Amino acid sequence: MIRGADIVVRSLIAENAEYIFGYPGGAIMPVYDALYDYSDQIKHVLTRHEQGAIHAAQGYARVSGNAGVVLVTSGPGATNLITGLADALIDSTPLVCITGQVAAHLLGSDAFQETDVVGLSMPGTKWNIQVRRVADIAPAIAKAFHIAKTGRPGPVLVDITKNAQVEFGEFNYVHCESVRSYKPYVRIDEQAVIDAASLINSAQRPYVLFGQGVVLANAEAELKAFLDKTGIPAASTLLGSGALSQCHPSYVGKLGMHGNYAPNLLTNQCDVLIAVGMRFDDRVTGDLKRYAKQAKVIHLELDPSEIDKNVKTTVALQGDCKASLSLLTKAVKANEHPEWMSRFRELENEEKKAVIANDLHGTHGGLHMGEVIHLINQFKEQDAVLVTDVGQHQMIAWRYFDYKTTRTQVTSGGLGTMGFALPAALGAQLHNYNRQVICVVGDGGIQMTIQELGTIMQTKAPVKVVLLNNNYLGMVRQWQQLFFDKRYSFTELENPDFIKIAEAYSFRARKVTERDDLESAVAEMLLHQGPYFLEVVVEKEDNVFPMIATGCSVEEVRLS
Amino acid sequence: MNRYTILVYTENFIGILNRITIIFTRRGINIDALTASESRLDGIHKITIEATVTEEQIVQLTKQIEKVVDVIKAYYFKDDEVVYQEIALYKVPTENLDPGLEKVIRQFNAHIIAAEKEFVVIEFTGHKEDTQALLEILKPFNLLEFSRSGRVAIAKPKFSVQEYLNNQTYNH
Ligand SMILES: Cc1ncc(C[n+]2csc(CCOP(=O)(O)OP(=O)(O)O)c2C)c(N)n1
Ligand SMILES: [Mg+2]
Repeated sequence: MIRGADIVVRSLIAENAEYIFGYPGGAIMPVYDALYDYSDQIKHVLTRHEQGAIHAAQGYARVSGNAGVVLVTSGPGATNLITGLADALIDSTPLVCITGQVAAHLLGSDAFQETDVVGLSMPGTKWNIQVRRVADIAPAIAKAFHIAKTGRPGPVLVDITKNAQVEFGEFNYVHCESVRSYKPYVRIDEQAVIDAASLINSAQRPYVLFGQGVVLANAEAELKAFLDKTGIPAASTLLGSGALSQCHPSYVGKLGMHGNYAPNLLTNQCDVLIAVGMRFDDRVTGDLKRYAKQAKVIHLELDPSEIDKNVKTTVALQGDCKASLSLLTKAVKANEHPEWMSRFRELENEEKKAVIANDLHGTHGGLHMGEVIHLINQFKEQDAVLVTDVGQHQMIAWRYFDYKTTRTQVTSGGLGTMGFALPAALGAQLHNYNRQVICVVGDGGIQMTIQELGTIMQTKAPVKVVLLNNNYLGMVRQWQQLFFDKRYSFTELENPDFIKIAEAYSFRARKVTERDDLESAVAEMLLHQGPYFLEVVVEKEDNVFPMIATGCSVEEVRLS
Repeated sequence: MNRYTILVYTENFIGILNRITIIFTRRGINIDALTASESRLDGIHKITIEATVTEEQIVQLTKQIEKVVDVIKAYYFKDDEVVYQEIALYKVPTENLDPGLEKVIRQFNAHIIAAEKEFVVIEFTGHKEDTQALLEILKPFNLLEFSRSGRVAIAKPKFSVQEYLNNQTYNH
């Protein structure tokens, strides 16, 4: 017989959890006490805020494919997770969050630090449960890992009352293999494969859109094989970036509000649209009533509730896209589409002239964010991970970062959570100290979780922080300029001396204000062994283009 | 907009009802009525939900409900695809009892299921339109209280939750 608290830790070890991201407090102290004895088997990272813990777990999960593990106390510890839960749910990130809870006999009594965490987190979790007895701890954790990782991944939460943590019980861990009410995978419908293949075979202007589903299904090779055989142009969503190397001949760019010109515009000119592991988010589709109306739509998607949700499909290929893509590749004929492809290349050239050239190669005036990313591309390693926050820098970094390999894109896509990047970069870096992790963040967002510089200091994670400082909540300011008559209502910031802050946290830090100093600074950062903080002061009122304004159609994408 | 019945088969899991109702709340859709009971299968609960929505909405709602981990299966039906009933209770004072009341009870084939000194309780089962009609008639009899259940329903089309459960989990 061992204590419930030991059962918690040994269950996590049984699930091969490598890291726990957490923060202690009264209702979880027995588990923290137990952890003391297992530090040789599982690593704990003490963040500076519970939001930091969950975002770090997300960053870890996104690059590793494993479930991220979070451990916090009841009440405020648990409520500080809510943003991360919502973020992980909408971005399909596997997490197992364990929260302490007051003793079972106090539930409902408004005891100190009692919060209805199960109720609060219900809309933000794929599944959650409260455990009140020691015997239920291990089965609940086993089920939690199974649900978090299988099917469309997501965050789950296990709330464990304090009495269960201190009671004694048997421990023989049984992994959860299935849950009878939950059947996350289905056999691919063969007729649907035949129907999809015949649509693709007779298409004149087929077009592939791929999303994070490809990464989650480990289907990168299958996507590539499909494109190699069919020669179909393919564009990426925000979270799909990296699933296909940008050097691949089929790759034509990025979709969405600030994506590339051709991929958005030509959505309304294709005749067969093949959506792979993406969910037609409104940032991708613009006005749905004018989205790809001319096209027959084939949707390869694991989650049945995504099929026909926003865009009506002609053929639905429900199931894991690793399986459906390989079946489809067998069923389609080899082909190429040189004319159709050249349309993309022509428009790409227009975008280069109108936007990209200036974004990447400034000559006078303030520095552009794009110049920084362009230089990062020149010095980064192939498989460097780009972690971004939310705002203009996020869109610019995504637009210009050279994605070569999978699981290199970590950003808050669906929720757009400012403050995500710094802790997520820490988590991504901890998964592999030897992989470059570059955290591009804005002056607004970094101040939402800036305390995690302390966690980076303590873990010695060699994160490269690139602060693109425009002294504004830039993305909001851009909207104010374009749609609110330049009324810059509460978007200008009076910022601290970031370099002093970074140095106080033992970072090697450097600030660049001049174009001439940028290259050497980027090179120095990427060669530096430990944590590095590079602040680049950029043009204050630059805008991100192309842009599809809210309510507009993809074909109304504007270059300026 | 149509009136639909959703039959939801679930594990008996604390909080499951909440998980299902927030799907409606989030979309600003009203639940017209809801009942929960055991099903024919041991340990499996059946929740019957009535909602007035578009076809597109009912499809999405049903998929979202089925996505809940502890939901085994959810089906939706139009009114003509289900056999359904609702039970209504009416409390009428016995003081100055109108002799016309007896006639009404006979006409509707309703029952008096409790008779106290001050009041009687009439029970009547049917579709909402029927129980509503009786309600309107009883109002002039100084009706004291009225209570109507959500619908309980049995679907006409054949489906088997048992069969679904028997199917092996498919692992890719
Ligand atoms: C938590 C949170 N609050 C508010 C917003 C709205 N928002 C989106 S972008 C943005 C500005 C971000 O400013 P900064 O971090 O400086 O990045 P920039 O756009 O200047 O590159 C704001 C306020 C958000 N996405 N997340
Ligand atoms: Mg800014």
